[in-house]
Amino acid sequence: MFHIYCPYCEEWREEEEFHAKGQAHIQRPLDPESCSDEEWGDYLFFRDNPRGIHHELWVHAVGCRKFFNITRNTQSYVILETYKMGEQPRFTAENPNGESQGGAASADLDSQTASVQEARA
Amino acid sequence: MSESVNHTDRANTYDACPGADIAQESPLAWSFFNSGAPAPRPNSRVVLRELADRDHLILRGGAIVLDEAVRQVFGVSLPARPQQLVVFNGGVSSLQWLSPDEWLLIVPFGQAYRVETELRQVLGGASVAISDVSAGQTLVELHGEDLAMRELLMKSVAYDVHPRNFPPGKGVTVVMAKSSAILRRPDDSRWELVIRRSFADYLYRWLLDAGEEFEIGVDRNS
Ligand SMILES: [Zn+2]
Repeated sequence: MFHIYCPYCEEWREEEEFHAKGQAHIQRPLDPESCSDEEWGDYLFFRDNPRGIHHELWVHAVGCRKFFNITRNTQSYVILETYKMGEQPRFTAENPNGESQGGAASADLDSQTASVQEARA
Repeated sequence: MSESVNHTDRANTYDACPGADIAQESPLAWSFFNSGAPAPRPNSRVVLRELADRDHLILRGGAIVLDEAVRQVFGVSLPARPQQLVVFNGGVSSLQWLSPDEWLLIVPFGQAYRVETELRQVLGGASVAISDVSAGQTLVELHGEDLAMRELLMKSVAYDVHPRNFPPGKGVTVVMAKSSAILRRPDDSRWELVIRRSFADYLYRWLLDAGEEFEIGVDRNS
């Protein structure tokens, strides 16, 4: 059994209910008309492939059918956090231990991370 | 522009119910005919019953405006918590959380249009969508022995159906036998499944097969 925490259903759900949808936080250029071919090509076709922490877009396909983000380690496959659309990750390449930045949402994330570690233990 | 627009007129609504004089077949009618429907026996530990006499509506929009509308029309509040199911009207009608902006409303057969009209009157110009999905899915009930029902479900879904995780008043959309279904527990004596019309026969035959060891019976007098 492999469970993923859906931030919208607010519970751990079976992995087969989810689908991965590629890299997260890709922003469409604000003014496509004034993009260079390279900028537009980057936006459409080029994706990061980091070794380590990666932010991914997933969808709870059977369930609430909402898209959300996952921070996942591509070496260990560990899922460090899941968070709603529009929110920022706590674990990043620059902050791999997810040290609290004192944000408003950190208490929430703390409890979720604790349960990730619990589930892993 | 200060021109007033009647927002209630912006949605093109019509009554999809064909009327009582036109014969209708439930999604399981063909399955009962083709795959059979073993009558419940005294030793049946699980009994399946299709509750075909229901209309199904999907409500989409903000929780606050929809809550106000269903309070006015039905006198119940919108289930605001994830996976929450609210049953009213003597167990016949229900409202279920499906996602943060989506609810399933089940009402008695033939009421979809009236309910939609009443909700739209209260909602006015609010940004919502109400869709009648009655023809696309059906409601199936399981009742009988607690443990037998639970074991039947454990063979069919990966979701934890232990009462500790699945108390009455809860409903989830889950993978069921490689298809999907909405699984819900309106009270502690029965389970309900909302299944798609196109998968109804497949899931019906799955349930008959999975229920064989519990001498599953099919109650067709609903
Ligand atoms: Zn979900």
